[in-house]
Amino acid sequence: MSLSAEHAASDGDKGTEAGPGEPRVSGRWSAVFREMLATRRVVVGIGLILLLMAAAWIGPLISPWEFTERDFASFREPPSPEHWFGTDNTGKDVFVLTMVGLQKSIVIGLLAALLTTAVAAVVGAFAGYFMGITDKALMWITDLMLVLPSFLILAILYPVLRGQGWLVFVLLLAAFAWMVTAKMVRGMTISLKEREYVHAARYMGVSDTKIIFRHILPNMSSLLIVDATINVSGAIIAETALSYFGFGIQPPDVSLGSLIATGAGQALAYPWMFVFCTGLLIVLVLSANLIGDGLRDALDPQAKSRRR
Amino acid sequence: MTSTDTRTGTQTPVRENRGENTPVLEVSDLFVTFPGAAKAPDVQAVRGVGYELRSGEVLGIVGESGSGKSVSSLATMGLLPPHAEISGSVRLHGEELLGLGDQAMARKRGKAISMVFQDPLSGLTPVYTVGDQIAETVQVHNQALSKGDAAKRAVELLELVGIPNAAQRYRAFPHEFSGGMRQRVMIAIAIANDPDVIICDEPTTALDVTIQAQVLEVLKTAQRETGAAIVMITHDLGVVAGFVDRVLVMYAGRAVEVGDVDDVYYRTRMPYTMGLLGAVPRLDLEERTPLVPIKGNPPSLTALPPGCPYAPRCPLVKDACTESEPALYQVGASTHAAACIRAGEIEENAWTAADIYPLPELPEDAEAAVPRAEREVVLEVNDLIKHHPLMKGAVFKRRVGTVYAVDGITFDIRERETLGLVGESGCGKSSTLMEILSLQAPQRGTVVVLGKQAGGMNARQRFAVRRDLQVVFQDPMSSLDPRMPVFEIIAEPLRTHGHSAPSVRSRVNELLTVVGLEPAHAARYPQEFSGGQRQRIGIARALALDPKLLVLDEPVSALDVSIQAGVINLLEQLKVELGLSYLFVAHDLSVIRHIADRVAVMYLGKIVEIGDVESIYATPAHPYTQALLSAIPVPDPEKERARTHILLEGDLPSPANPPSGCSFRTRCPKFTILDPAEQEACLTTEPGLEPVAGDDQAAACHYAEARVVV
Amino acid sequence: MGKFLVRRLVNYLVLIFLATSFAYLLAASTLNPRVNYEQLQPKPSQESIEMRLDALNLNDKTPLAQRYGTWLAGVAQADLGRTVEDKSVNEAVARKAGVTLRLIVLGTIIGCTTGVAIGAYSAVRQYKAFDKSATAAAFFVLAIPTVVIAVALQVLAAWFNRATGTQFLQYGGEYTANLDAGFWGMLLDRMQHGLLPTATLAIALFAAFSRYQRNMMLDVLNADFVRTAMAKGLTRRRALIKHALRTALIPTVTYFTFTFGILLAGTTFTEKIYGWKGMGAWVVDSIVRNDVHAVAAVSLFMAVCVMAASFLSDILYAWLDPRVRVS
Repeated sequence: MSLSAEHAASDGDKGTEAGPGEPRVSGRWSAVFREMLATRRVVVGIGLILLLMAAAWIGPLISPWEFTERDFASFREPPSPEHWFGTDNTGKDVFVLTMVGLQKSIVIGLLAALLTTAVAAVVGAFAGYFMGITDKALMWITDLMLVLPSFLILAILYPVLRGQGWLVFVLLLAAFAWMVTAKMVRGMTISLKEREYVHAARYMGVSDTKIIFRHILPNMSSLLIVDATINVSGAIIAETALSYFGFGIQPPDVSLGSLIATGAGQALAYPWMFVFCTGLLIVLVLSANLIGDGLRDALDPQAKSRRR
Repeated sequence: MTSTDTRTGTQTPVRENRGENTPVLEVSDLFVTFPGAAKAPDVQAVRGVGYELRSGEVLGIVGESGSGKSVSSLATMGLLPPHAEISGSVRLHGEELLGLGDQAMARKRGKAISMVFQDPLSGLTPVYTVGDQIAETVQVHNQALSKGDAAKRAVELLELVGIPNAAQRYRAFPHEFSGGMRQRVMIAIAIANDPDVIICDEPTTALDVTIQAQVLEVLKTAQRETGAAIVMITHDLGVVAGFVDRVLVMYAGRAVEVGDVDDVYYRTRMPYTMGLLGAVPRLDLEERTPLVPIKGNPPSLTALPPGCPYAPRCPLVKDACTESEPALYQVGASTHAAACIRAGEIEENAWTAADIYPLPELPEDAEAAVPRAEREVVLEVNDLIKHHPLMKGAVFKRRVGTVYAVDGITFDIRERETLGLVGESGCGKSSTLMEILSLQAPQRGTVVVLGKQAGGMNARQRFAVRRDLQVVFQDPMSSLDPRMPVFEIIAEPLRTHGHSAPSVRSRVNELLTVVGLEPAHAARYPQEFSGGQRQRIGIARALALDPKLLVLDEPVSALDVSIQAGVINLLEQLKVELGLSYLFVAHDLSVIRHIADRVAVMYLGKIVEIGDVESIYATPAHPYTQALLSAIPVPDPEKERARTHILLEGDLPSPANPPSGCSFRTRCPKFTILDPAEQEACLTTEPGLEPVAGDDQAAACHYAEARVVV
Repeated sequence: MGKFLVRRLVNYLVLIFLATSFAYLLAASTLNPRVNYEQLQPKPSQESIEMRLDALNLNDKTPLAQRYGTWLAGVAQADLGRTVEDKSVNEAVARKAGVTLRLIVLGTIIGCTTGVAIGAYSAVRQYKAFDKSATAAAFFVLAIPTVVIAVALQVLAAWFNRATGTQFLQYGGEYTANLDAGFWGMLLDRMQHGLLPTATLAIALFAAFSRYQRNMMLDVLNADFVRTAMAKGLTRRRALIKHALRTALIPTVTYFTFTFGILLAGTTFTEKIYGWKGMGAWVVDSIVRNDVHAVAAVSLFMAVCVMAASFLSDILYAWLDPRVRVS
């Protein structure tokens, strides 16, 4: 406590010299950052993800094989110094395929999670803040979306929109994943808007939209950050599931899901076509979950009391 | 559970004249340390506390938040989390309790030693009926007892603690009970097995004064019935004064003064205790003097400097104080001891708080001489009503009634005047505030702020009025956005109202100075400040736009006594210097008496009595005001023992279903002594505010009669 | 209470209706059954294709609104229409719904109860070996898509069978076709077939629920009422089971509703991979076969399931928590 106070005091001196309008490096965020790094799960998770990203983008560059290249001399060959992860039915290098698939899975996971959380935050906050008819309408839509069999709709819709590219796929994934978070955000908004600092802002004449974006959403940033991380793994898993049935990423694009789908059928006979992509997927999702769970402990003051 | 820590206690036990009976409970040299998580430092919550409790004796443990008073009692009960390191000794009837296993300790808990906790809201399991929870206590120590017999005993206990219709209420769930009734249930659980020691941890802190008086009465009954010794832990010096035999004052995890209650109150020898007693606003003193503010904040228990922990705040500090921590020295009576190296000096010179603490000079208000009628009206509320629908159901809400939150109230505030709005929770005082602050047209009646009528303004005019009408909230934790640095918090009203960036900056610095903080604090975040400092930030924010009227919603009720005094003094000073008017809402009548010029007492959405502070506190005319004033314990043992409290029956009726006629009649002590013919008026006609005795006093009672109660 | 439940039910019916309609409209406007006939060898005449499509109410030349009206009129009379192969959708639903329900119910019960029990115990033993291994297991399982769990279990079962030289673990179909082994023999056969698919669902649920229950339990572990219970004379263990766990179960019931949709999706993969002829496998096949009415029927089934789960959890919630009971 006294340490952080001292730290803040030295910050304060700098702060008064700097102009008030300038953004300042806040003592609080750096404290949060320190806390994050003090949680081992977060560090391990971030480390793993960075490693995976590095492999995904650098791997294809250092591999002697091109993504589209086929080795007509070897079909379904096990891993060898030449083909690190072996080759597939058409003689493609499994290592390069897997790394390119990993790229796609990471990008899809991150984008979909970002979108999901943004939609959830806005819908939940507006519903919870304004209540009344806004809340009824938004929550009704949320309930309806929860009832719709999302898997089925994605499976029907995506093949139709396939021509628009995989970004549409990300949009669709996000469109069916925001509901539960939105409900949580709404619940939290309802309690946050009774906080006295929100009343204070209202009584000094700050507009409602400004209050939502200035006072309400920042104060649930921990929930949002944690949820975004969880949504990353959710999106990756959903992508895998859809691709497995051929409703997701389509050739020539590959993702971990589509690779698992091709590999699963031959898992017993040609394990290298299944094991590598599956293993990487598990590590990817696991590290996203580790970060999310660790952040929950680091950022959520309630959860903090659980730790000793 | 016990660590084999061999720290030596720096405390020499006080010699006590032992009576013929040996102590029931003997705590000595108790240390409790919470190891810090990760690399955080350890928290030394209790540092060598010791006391003895004889059969039937009542010991008060007094201290502010963080003084270690609750932790020491939880340690006694074996209820601290397993990671707490406890050392020392706790003996119950001579048997050592520390180090007993959970099984063995469970056999003692609730049987020989039991506890009443502070918060009755979360203290009862929400999913079981109150009866079952009491019966469980009975059964767990008498396995042979049948379910039916345990239930029968539970009903008896419910009756004993004064729950009407006990047999029926047995099946009620905790959420169906009011706070006071839940606390009665907690007491029933504590006394269920005739314990020898009952530890009461702030048993009335969460309750309103009239309910507090009831619960204290129940505790007295409980003690009579069980003959148990009681440890009363509280921060309220008034509650202790009339209730206990001996007092132990705690500061920073240690006992700093201990003795018979009269010795501690009248022959105070420790500067901290003196400061505490001086900081409490008094209901019973004739003249208003500034409160004793204790500078600074209680020390952090993680890294205590050597020496007396109170030294940094003490007016009598000298070099020797910072060298080593003083032990408890006997002063005066053989049972009286204080941990201060200058206690002897204090005794010799017979110093009082006023002698050693520098009292702030409160500026005289030159314009106070202007008669009230000639001053400008800043707020006028006329026949204001706020009814809201009572909803039920989770998905489809439906209206099942109307809550008469505010039901026709009228008052005005003049320039440079403070109106105190008092009442217990649920009386509608907060709803009144929100209604005024919303600046929307009320459901009925009018609200006129600085000559502008609420509801009759367009958005721009309303925005302009907001500049002159500002608010300070109760909870210093939640009134400041934790994600914003102090600068942004205070700048927010200025920016919203279009001040330029350079002017914002100088104004924020100026405001910080005005409320007693430093401009360097601007870059810190609210959570780096103590409660009192945060409240000062809240005040700075409210003052930013140079308002004329400040609405204060329980601004000091969440603060410790020593901090509260400083904030109250600041508010008084600002009022005079800036020519402000206050609408001061509080439940604590002592605070209101200290700061307000006029006072309005609310009950069930109506004002039952209004007038100038002197008249109302001296000679309240409405039975409710009388009961309220009478229920407040005074921090003066002799006066408190001599007083008889007017006890109100039952709880506040639901504001959704107020009684006919006079809404107070269901609990009115006067009503019960009226003859039926006289009662008729109370039953049928709602009394209006009629002037009584003084020039500025009006009460809404058919049989108003001034009476001295303090 | 009754009135409250009726209102809730009405709300559910509206949601089910909308969800099913949406699925129908989506399927009818994007799936193209015409292709099925055009690809037949030999290709039928244009007229006969039109006739077949008209008879099945699948002709994309008929306005969508009209097709929807016809379909809706059928549904109102409890007729879900015909499949592209001109078979009764009703009969297919009747046959397949049971398969899926058996799988869901068993998987849910096993997964939730073990999850709750292990989660609660982990919370009590926080940071001890049990908690650490349970947490690690849950984390690992949560990172594996159901598809992979199902495939992995199959691989393991094949290895197990080979190692033991038996056919004890079955992973194809719901039962052995044309088996004649009496009631007990048939039951055993069904259990052998059901073990792996049920385990697949239960494992995923166990992971989610044990994490959730652990957090909920940790929240109440230091609650005041647990302290009160201990102050009464209950041992820590008894106070935790009787007071803490009982209260911590309440939010888990709500969580159940949220996870149910995911469970349904999981069922789809399980059925497909293990060759069960249930609703989940049917929907995948139907989309591929452009079978509009089958897709709508499965949507209806899924919506009803989600609503039933939500209704069930409402009732459980009211039963567990006296605070929400409406008198």
